[in-house]
Amino acid sequence: MNAIAAPAPLASTGLRLWGSAAAVLVLAVLPWLLDPFQTLQVSYGLIFGIAALAFNLLLGYTGLLSFGHAAFFGTGAYAAALLLKYLGVQSMELYLLGGVAASLVIGVVMGAVCVRYTKIFFAILALALSQVLWSLALKFFWVSGGTDGLRVPTPMLLGGLLAPVADKTAFLAFQYYYYVLVVFVVAVAAMWLIVRSPFGKALQAIRDNEVRAEFVGVRVRRYRFIAFVASAGFTGLAGTLWVPLNGLTTPDILYWPFSGKIVFMAVLGGFKTFLGPIVGAFVYNYLETFAVGYTIYWQLLLGVILVVLVLAIPDGLVGTAIKLVRRSRKAA
Amino acid sequence: MTLLAVQRLTKAFGDNVAVDGVSLAIEPGGVVGLIGSNGAGKTTLVNLISGLFRADSGSVTFDGRDITHLSVNERIRAGIARSFQLVNLFDQMSVLDNVALTVFSRERKTGDMLRPAEGDTAVRDEALAVLRQFGMHAKADTLASELAQGERKLLDVAVACALRPRLLFLDEPTSGVSTREKAPIMDIVTAIVRSGAITAVIIEHDMDVVFRYSDRIVAMHQGRILADGTPAAIRANDEVAMTLLGEHVHQ
Amino acid sequence: MELLIVQTLNALYYASILFLIACGLTLVYGVMRIVNMAHGNFYAVGAYVAAWTIGLAAAAKFPTAILFFLLLSGAGVVALLGVVLEPTLLRPLYKRAEEYQLLITFGLLLILEDLMRLIWGPHPLTASELPDAFGSFRLLGAVYPGYNLFVIAVGAVAAVVLWAFIYRTRFGVILRATSQDMRMAAALGIDVKRVYVLAFAIGSFMAGLGGAVVMPISGAVLGMGVDALILAFVVVVIGGLGSLEGALVGSLIVGAVRTLGITYFAEIELAVLYLIAAIVLFIRPTGLFGRA
Repeated sequence: MNAIAAPAPLASTGLRLWGSAAAVLVLAVLPWLLDPFQTLQVSYGLIFGIAALAFNLLLGYTGLLSFGHAAFFGTGAYAAALLLKYLGVQSMELYLLGGVAASLVIGVVMGAVCVRYTKIFFAILALALSQVLWSLALKFFWVSGGTDGLRVPTPMLLGGLLAPVADKTAFLAFQYYYYVLVVFVVAVAAMWLIVRSPFGKALQAIRDNEVRAEFVGVRVRRYRFIAFVASAGFTGLAGTLWVPLNGLTTPDILYWPFSGKIVFMAVLGGFKTFLGPIVGAFVYNYLETFAVGYTIYWQLLLGVILVVLVLAIPDGLVGTAIKLVRRSRKAA
Repeated sequence: MTLLAVQRLTKAFGDNVAVDGVSLAIEPGGVVGLIGSNGAGKTTLVNLISGLFRADSGSVTFDGRDITHLSVNERIRAGIARSFQLVNLFDQMSVLDNVALTVFSRERKTGDMLRPAEGDTAVRDEALAVLRQFGMHAKADTLASELAQGERKLLDVAVACALRPRLLFLDEPTSGVSTREKAPIMDIVTAIVRSGAITAVIIEHDMDVVFRYSDRIVAMHQGRILADGTPAAIRANDEVAMTLLGEHVHQ
Repeated sequence: MELLIVQTLNALYYASILFLIACGLTLVYGVMRIVNMAHGNFYAVGAYVAAWTIGLAAAAKFPTAILFFLLLSGAGVVALLGVVLEPTLLRPLYKRAEEYQLLITFGLLLILEDLMRLIWGPHPLTASELPDAFGSFRLLGAVYPGYNLFVIAVGAVAAVVLWAFIYRTRFGVILRATSQDMRMAAALGIDVKRVYVLAFAIGSFMAGLGGAVVMPISGAVLGMGVDALILAFVVVVIGGLGSLEGALVGSLIVGAVRTLGITYFAEIELAVLYLIAAIVLFIRPTGLFGRA
């Protein structure tokens, strides 16, 4: 995209480290400050934050807009549900392993087809291919539960060290919340490393100018493929984390408008920044929860927000905030 | 050994034969100027040799190796590099990153997903050294898109040079650049080329630049090589003057 | 034998509707390089508007011929929608990277989805007077609904009219010129803005028409647009984005697979379609008739 920018960082490494530590600290004490329902909302924010960040590996850093990420999120969720259904697995670690592995496989299959294309055709193809999974989940109802979906009750964390307690809500708001927070920190750290690595620089070069990237020796198609698969894996991770929280997985999370939600989150927060998608995920989650409670026409509200976003503040919340800070610094 | 041998290379786009059975040999060392009117086939020839286009027929041999069917990537690894007529940079990355990324790629370090790129001081130092050679190290942290046109051209060439190629194609390195800035660019380029033992082929329309900096000049016209020799010989060549001047008259 | 006839007609029926949706999608892309994520919802709006006007007219005891004519109201309103939306939502984005249009049209999709719910409520609308009016026909021993034949005819006529319009009229030449080289067209004095609005209006009209004619059989249902877009994308991926012949051939292929699929491999119908699409893309990366 000709307008993607990754300018010099706003804050020094030290500031960023302390800021991140502070943020994690705040997140860590939240369950003691908020009621369970609010803590669950934060959980969802963290989970979608991983998904949006993973999505943005492709958009913000490689220049590929995918409308097919529901496929990976859904695969992560269904993998856990199917592990439970057919193998009686209750361990969260095995769910995560299965979910990530399955989404990596789907990522490889989809990536092999999609990555030969860019821009609009890539977006359409990703969307289209993702719907194969949706149709399978819908129609093979004896496997997937069809529209009823599959239930996933609270899992065993750390092999039973954090066993489900009688009060499910309390479990989700405390033990499971911390589990999610830890996975979140690890996932975000991993994606941060990827983005700052020489590989990450190569992706950005591909985003900016794929011809030149080729002409400095970067294997464009191969790297796009790797980025695609990595993005798929992290998105699947989020899906797996999501399903015990939601209690249930249905074909809705494989349906393409759900991919649109993930795109919305990244764009809302600002896809040209690293943190943008995380912030976008949190804000979007709150927006949707509020909107759904406020009106039956919540899609209308969100649609208007997206249109305004694209027309007026395409850099998103974080992107625009950074711009303003830079501008005030220059003026100072 | 001949660095580059092109044999009867042909490329047509529909009815337009852009490159028509061109044969050319380039020895290591020095600067070759490639001239010709618009549409003579110069850029297409470079595109064929560098791998952007596939030839319809003919062969390209580099350093004794047949590279006719190799990918762009393989040709880069073999030691060929090029700059672009219409500047091709990583616009949303810093000047330093543009060169650093090239070095990472050359060193095959772009597969590294887990270590911070900034932490590689060897790469960073080399990138800064390249920028220093091109007089751009003060702009290391500027976004490539924010440079002036002349600087962007220089950076385009710097990126190509950072590959430490054996054979470097520069496609109109001074076009779109003010007359004032042309000499400095060419001085830097030829200095690097000569000190780095790089053989350079420079496509140029500015005859002053061509005659001042080339050791040898190849003139193309309508997809074929018209003349090939020293600057003095080319200057004396009436046919070349006609085709080039003829263009100017019609313009 | 009857089964073959029925299956073939069913395939043509699906193909007809798919063509109406896909041709608009591909035309808009061919001329403007725009993919409208809300295109499926244009199809849905066409269905709702037609159901609504026909419902009103039927209640007022209008003759059946008028009811049929009112199918065009669905197409017309959607065309108007296109005329309004292109300058307001799409034009500001032409200078920007093309992915932004996907984002804004996705937002439009969300808006339209809820507007339909707002205006017409959550329950499906239909116009059963129309299929009833046609009854069934006997064709070589098979019995087939007349309305479905009507839909096939509409699709065929639309294809012919569109083809004639694009290849036999002056405006068609302008349209093709603009789609091949927008800057050159502008330099030659063509009012590109006007061409774009008209192309978008035509594409929207077709989608609306598709929704309108399918509504008496399948009803106007919330979510039909989001659903339809998936198949529309399969059609243009197979046929080639930007090509009308591609939309036609793609629709026929998808219609055929759909018909066979319902009978023989219902669960993996979409998977089969995508396998076909993947194979097509492998042989011809831009789709059967797509341009590079």
